Amino acid sequence: MLSPDIILAAVLNGLMNGAIYALIALGLTLVYGVLHIINFAHGATLTAAMFVVFIAFTVFGIDPFVMIPAMALGFFGVGYALQRFVVGPAAQGSDNNVLLITLGLSIMIENGLLAVFHSDTRSIDVPYGFSSFDLGFTFLSVPKVAGFGVSLAVALVLWVILIRTDTGKAIRAVARERMGAELAGIDVEHIFAVTFGLGAATVAIAACLLMPTFYVSPRIGNAFVLVAFTIVVLGGMGSIPGAVTGALIVGIIESVSGLFLDESLGQLGIFILFILVLLLRPTGLFGART
Amino acid sequence: MIALRTLCPLLVVAGLALIPAFTSANTTLNFLVFALIVALSAQGWNILAGYGGQFSFGHAAFFGLGAYGTALAQARFGINPWVAFAAGIGLAALAGTVIGYLSFRAGLRGSYFTLVTLAFAEVFRILFNAASFTGGAAGVLVKLDVRPENFQFASRSVFYWVVLGIVALVLLLTMRLERSRFGAWLIAIRENEAAAKALGVDVLMVKLQAIALSAAITGAAGGLYVQYFLYLDANIGFGPWISVETLMAAIIGGAGTALGPVLGALALHGLGQLTKGIAGGTPGIDLVLFGALLILAVAFMRDGIIGRLRRLLVWGRR
Amino acid sequence: MLEVRALTKRFGGLVAVNDVSLDVPAGSITGLIGPNGAGKTTLFTLISGFETPTTGTVRFEGADITTLPAFRRARLGIARTFQIVQPFAGLSVAENIAVGAHLRHRSRGEAIRAAEAVAERVGLTQSLETPAASLTIAGRKRLELARALATEPKLLLLDEVLAGLNPSEIRDMLPVMRAIAASGVTILMVEHVMQAVMSLCDYIHVLAQGKHIAEGKPEEIARNSSVVEAYLGRGAASRLTGGTLNG
Ligand SMILES: Nc1ncnc2c1ncn2[C@@H]1O[C@H](COP(=O)(O)OP(=O)(O)OP(=O)(O)O)[C@@H](O)[C@H]1O
Ligand SMILES: [Mg+2]
Repeated sequence: MLSPDIILAAVLNGLMNGAIYALIALGLTLVYGVLHIINFAHGATLTAAMFVVFIAFTVFGIDPFVMIPAMALGFFGVGYALQRFVVGPAAQGSDNNVLLITLGLSIMIENGLLAVFHSDTRSIDVPYGFSSFDLGFTFLSVPKVAGFGVSLAVALVLWVILIRTDTGKAIRAVARERMGAELAGIDVEHIFAVTFGLGAATVAIAACLLMPTFYVSPRIGNAFVLVAFTIVVLGGMGSIPGAVTGALIVGIIESVSGLFLDESLGQLGIFILFILVLLLRPTGLFGART
Repeated sequence: MIALRTLCPLLVVAGLALIPAFTSANTTLNFLVFALIVALSAQGWNILAGYGGQFSFGHAAFFGLGAYGTALAQARFGINPWVAFAAGIGLAALAGTVIGYLSFRAGLRGSYFTLVTLAFAEVFRILFNAASFTGGAAGVLVKLDVRPENFQFASRSVFYWVVLGIVALVLLLTMRLERSRFGAWLIAIRENEAAAKALGVDVLMVKLQAIALSAAITGAAGGLYVQYFLYLDANIGFGPWISVETLMAAIIGGAGTALGPVLGALALHGLGQLTKGIAGGTPGIDLVLFGALLILAVAFMRDGIIGRLRRLLVWGRR
Repeated sequence: MLEVRALTKRFGGLVAVNDVSLDVPAGSITGLIGPNGAGKTTLFTLISGFETPTTGTVRFEGADITTLPAFRRARLGIARTFQIVQPFAGLSVAENIAVGAHLRHRSRGEAIRAAEAVAERVGLTQSLETPAASLTIAGRKRLELARALATEPKLLLLDEVLAGLNPSEIRDMLPVMRAIAASGVTILMVEHVMQAVMSLCDYIHVLAQGKHIAEGKPEEIARNSSVVEAYLGRGAASRLTGGTLNG
C-alpha cells in the first residue's frame, strides 16, 4: 500500500500538470466551439512556441515568465493571420479541408523544426528550476506552482473576455448561431481569426509555463495535444468550464496512475478513456452543448 | 470520355508493369514497391473517405493489423504465408467492421469519427508495442525462405508485379464500385446523410460495408509490406505516419477517383525522392514540402491531380 | 393508409407535437396547415422515422411502424421531401434522382433510365446534367420532389415544396402535383400557399402550437373561426409582411 502522503503528493502534482493541460485544451475547445473544426496544428504550434521560448532564453537570456505577454500577443497575431489568410481561404468552407490544412501546417512546422534543431531534446536551465516549497510531506516545485497560478488566471481572463467584452459576445454569438450572427452584422471571418488567435495565444502561454520544468523536441507538442483532445472530449467539445475540469481530472488520473502503472500503459488508459467517452457520451461527461 | 475512363488506368498499369524491363536496380524497385504499397493503402482509404466521406485519420490501425496478421500467423503458427496474408486481410476487415460498428452506431461523424480512428490506431500501437505475443518493442521477423509458395521471390521484379497486380485489381474493383448501386449509396452518404436515409439507404450498413472493404485493402498493403521487408514493429505498422501518408496520397492524387490514390502515391514518393536528393541528408525538409503540397492540393486542386487533368482535358477540347 | 394516433413529441420542455391523431386515406391529397412552429415538420419527421415519438403510434397500411428506422419506411413506400432542401450538392441532377431510383432498381442503367423518366414528370429534363448545387430555388424544390418520387412511394410527404417560388412557378407546379396524385400516389402535404392547398387538397388538418385544432374539407376550413384565429394570432401577420425566409 502507498501511504496517503504519497497519493496526496501525486494529486497535487497532477493538479499542477492538469492546469497546463487546461490551457492547451482551452485553445482547442475554443476553436472547436466557434469554428466547429479540429485544429490539428495545435500541437505543432505549441512546439514552435516552446522553441521560441527556448531561443529567447538561451540566446537572449530572457526568462520564460517574462516572455508571457510578448508570446501571447505574438502568437495571437500568428494565429489570427494563419486563419485569416491560410486556413480560411484554403478550406473553402469544408470542414474536412480544415482538418487536412491544419494537418499540412503541423507537418510543415514539425519537420521545419526537425530540419533546424534535429530530433534532440533540449531544456533550459532557469535559476529557480529546482527550487521548491516544503509542505512537510512533499515538495512542490516553485515553477510548477507558478505555472498553476498563471494557467488558472489565464483561463479566468479568457472567461471574462468571452463574457464581458464586445468581441467576446460576438465570439459566443458566432459559436451559437453562425448565420444569425452574420445577419446581425458580425464579421464572422474576423471572429474566426480572433478565435484562432486566442487558441494560439493560450498554447504560447502554456509553452512559457512548460519550459522551466520540461524539455522540448520537434514532436513534443503531439504528446500534449493527444491529452488535450481527450480533455476536450471529456469536458464536451466547445465547453470551457468542461475543458478546465476535464484537464484537472486527467492531470490527477495520470499522475496517480503513474504510481501504479508504467508510462506507456498510462497513455493507453488515456486513449481508452477517450474512445469510451466518444462512443458513449460524445457530448462530454458534463453534458455541454450538443 | 468513356473510352478515356478505361484507357487511362490501363495505360498507367501497363506503363508501370513495363518498368522492370528497363531497370533492375534494387533502389528503383524498392522505391516502386514501397510507393505501390502506399498506393494500395490509399486505395483502401479512398473507399471509405474519398467515396464515403468518412475521414479516417487512423488507417494505420488496418495497415498494422494486416501486417501483423500476416507476420504472426507465419511466425507463431507456421501458417503458409499466402494463407497468412489472407488472414491478415481478414483481421483488418474484422477490425474495420468492429471499429465502424462502434463509431457509426454511436453516431460519430466528421471530426468525431476522425478523432476516434486516430485513437484506435494509437491504442493498437501501444498494445502491440507492449505485448510479448507480438514481439513487443523488438518487433517481429519473417523468416527468410525464398520460394514462390512462401510468398518470397528471388527477383524483386516478381514481387513488384504481384503488388502491381493487386493494385490493378483494386483499381478495377473501384471502377466497378463507381458504377454500382453500393457506390451510388456510398457517395450519397458522403454528400448528405439525411437525404440518403430518406431515400431508403441503410446508412449504417453501407458505411460498415465500406469500412470493411476499406480496411481489407489497407490491410493487404500492410501484409505486402511485411512480406517484402520481412520485418515489422509497432511504430512502423501502426505509426501515425502511415495514416498520414495514406490519406495524403489519396488526396493529392484525387480522393473519390479510382486512379487518384495510385497517381498520388507515385507523385508523393517521386517528389520525396527528388527533395531528398536536393536537401541531402537534412531530415525533415522533404516532409515540409509534403505539408505544403497537401495544403496547396486542398486549396487549388479540388479532386487532386485527377481533377486537374480532367479540367485540362475539358478545357483543351473547347 | 396512414393512421397517426395520439402522437406526442417533446424536445426538453417544449411539446412540439401534442397528442395529434389523423388519418390519410389512400389515394387522397391531404393538407396539413398551421402557423410557423405549429409542429408540422416535426410531425413529418415522426411519420418518416427521422425521430421517434415520445408517445403515440404511427401505422402504415395496417402495420405499426412507430419505431421503424427511416430507411425501412422508405422501403415500405413512404417518401419525404425536406423543407430545407437537401440536395447531394456535388452530384448532377440525374445522379441525385438516380440515388432515389436505386431503391427499386439495382442496376445503374435502369436507375438512370428511371431517373430520366421521373425528371420528365417534374419538368427537370432540361437540367439533367446540371450540378445540383447550381440549380435555382425552384429547381431545387423540383429536385426534392423528383428524388422522393424516384423511390416509387405509396405515400409522399411534401414539406412546403412551393415555398420560395414565385406565383408563376407555383402555377407550373400545381399540375405536376396533380399528375402525381392521379398516378396513384397518396400525398400528405404541408403548405403555406393557401390557394394551392385549397385547390389541391381533398381534406385538411390544422395544427397550432403542436395541437390538432381543426380538420375538414377546404371550404369548411376556410370558414372555421378557430383556424383563422390561429393564423391571425401570429403566423399570418408576420407572413404577410414577408418576415419568413424559408417558412
Ligand atoms: N430538433 C428539435 N429540437 C428542439 N426543438 C425543436 C426541434 N425541431 C423542432 N423544434 C421546435 O418545435 C416546434 C415546432 O417546429 P416545426 O419545425 O415542426 O414547426 P413547423 O410547423 O414546421 O413550422 P414552419 O411553418 O416554420 O416550418 C418549434 O418551436 C421548433 O423550434
Ligand atoms: Mg416546417
